Amino acid sequence: MTAAVSFKQVSRHFGSVRAVDAVDLDIVPGEFFAMLGPSGSGKTTCLRLIAGFEQPTAGSISIFGERAEGVPPYRRNVNTVFQDYALFPHLNVLDNVAYGLMVKGVGKAERLKAAEEALSLVRLPGYGARRPGQLSGGQRQRVALARALVNQPKVLLLDEPLGALDLKLRENMQEELKSLQKVLGITFVFVTHDQGEALSMADRVAVFNDGRIMQVGTPEDIYQRPKTRFVADFVGSSNVLPPDFVQRYAGQHRWGSLRPESIRVSTATSGDGVAARLVGTNYLGATTRLALDADGLRLHAMVPAGTALPAEGEAVMLTFNRDSLHLMDEPA
Amino acid sequence: MTIAAVQSNPAPAILPGSGGLRGALSDLFWRRPKFLLLLMLAPPLLWLGIVYIGSLFALLAQSFFSIDEFSGLINREFTLKTYGDLFQAANLDIILRTITMAALVTLASAVVAFPIAYYAARYARGRWKALFYLGIMLPLWSSYLVKIYAWKLILAKEGILTWLLAKLHLLWLLDAWLSLPVVGGNSLSVSFTGTFIVFVYVWLPFMILPVQAALERVPGNLVEASSDLGASPGQTFRNVLFPLALPGIVAGSIFTFSLTLGDYIIPQIIGTSRLFIGQAVYSQQGTAGNIPLAAAFTVVPIVIMGFYLWGAKRMGAFDAL
Repeated sequence: MTAAVSFKQVSRHFGSVRAVDAVDLDIVPGEFFAMLGPSGSGKTTCLRLIAGFEQPTAGSISIFGERAEGVPPYRRNVNTVFQDYALFPHLNVLDNVAYGLMVKGVGKAERLKAAEEALSLVRLPGYGARRPGQLSGGQRQRVALARALVNQPKVLLLDEPLGALDLKLRENMQEELKSLQKVLGITFVFVTHDQGEALSMADRVAVFNDGRIMQVGTPEDIYQRPKTRFVADFVGSSNVLPPDFVQRYAGQHRWGSLRPESIRVSTATSGDGVAARLVGTNYLGATTRLALDADGLRLHAMVPAGTALPAEGEAVMLTFNRDSLHLMDEPA
Repeated sequence: MTIAAVQSNPAPAILPGSGGLRGALSDLFWRRPKFLLLLMLAPPLLWLGIVYIGSLFALLAQSFFSIDEFSGLINREFTLKTYGDLFQAANLDIILRTITMAALVTLASAVVAFPIAYYAARYARGRWKALFYLGIMLPLWSSYLVKIYAWKLILAKEGILTWLLAKLHLLWLLDAWLSLPVVGGNSLSVSFTGTFIVFVYVWLPFMILPVQAALERVPGNLVEASSDLGASPGQTFRNVLFPLALPGIVAGSIFTFSLTLGDYIIPQIIGTSRLFIGQAVYSQQGTAGNIPLAAAFTVVPIVIMGFYLWGAKRMGAFDAL
């Protein structure tokens, strides 16, 4: 099967900065693909390479089997939802949504009808006559989505589309985006620095760092079986355990990762486990995050709210199941 | 600073006033900001209201007086006779000529200014931006008369332009242009073409700066969004850049249009002997001593600009301000 988007050894260098460095990537048609990474990791540049705003310094990009290098953005059947929406301030909502059809020469009646339908799709029917300036952030977000979807793109690119929304709205939009993608069956490529967002929405996730892809896999793969220390730490802030520590508990001299929620904390002072000292607690609502010091090694544990906690500075005993200690491929 | 120092800070929570008249005034201004505003605005408002607008109305009132043909004295009685004189064929010619020139100069300025302003707003950064501002402003700092006389030399028959065209074997092109009626003449420096070139040169900064300011406010990702939605560069210009730059173009055109309408020096030094409004005002109130007719002539640009602004407002040019 042809990939929706395929990168072969793609690099994009800005002077001496390697924004994207020899990336290989295949995005399956119809999947919800997330690009996750810290700022400056190259994920947005990858998105811009697909959209055509950037051209690769080396390597080749194809979209549904067709070579895309040198093809300007306006000849790619790919649409983008921009981070700050980029709605045209001088046009009303309906004309904004109809813009793509207008420049393609679709007749006025037909394109306004299609735009009105697209607005219903994003649950904003009847908002056509307003100006973008009169809408709230969440509504602008929906207009930007409708404006992209009305063109029926082969691939929809979303550049941190939920970044500017408040928490409640963001959670609603996450669900909506996901169900919309299921209904439409369009390939979504979603850029985010929020690991929770990537894990909850995507079919597959690519974790970026320093212009390279660290790992590609399902959210479960990425979360449970990180391949490198970076992925373990970035996705869900896992405890990264040095090889010497792992050797003692798993018998192999390799880097390990242990999820904070897999650690049990007890006040027992003897018996099996890792002796540690509680150095801080963060109340997070549903859970409490504990900062622990195990003989110089900084660990975090996540316990459900309501658990009886020792006082700060007290000695505790940490236990965990051997299977929850994941050994990473990265050489020690 | 140590933690102990912070915890034992002996300073009171409310600081005493600095005392004296200055301290009392500062506190008063802070408590009554409108009083400060009034104090700051009063002198300019008085200047604008009395000296500027007042004298303008005094001038306009003159246009409703008339001149006694025999004695040359001004008859201070309300009459529309002067306006009757204004609409004689010879004077209408002057008005029409001036408006045409102003419109052409405005159009040419906009066409020349847009790419320069676009480059400055989109691409120029740091040192290049400083260089851009310097390049645009530098001509404004040198004397207006020096620039015009410099152009007189450039455009003269023995000037550098003729010399350059001769070297390029394009003299026939210049000769063909100069042999045309209306725009032609003996040389560029005594033709309307010359007047036009110098007007465009002198007023160009007044067009570039507002257009650049307008383009500066257009977020770069709107151009990307347009392209992303399938618009070719030409379509992006027509549908996004031009409408968003329009307030700037209108602001600039107000300058270029009104400055051309009123100027009397450029057409006097470079151009034909046929008059523009500014020259007509100058000669009527000077040598001819016909203040009422001069005043009536000055009403013309004011009325034209009034209509111009009204039209621009109807086009929505100020919506984005």
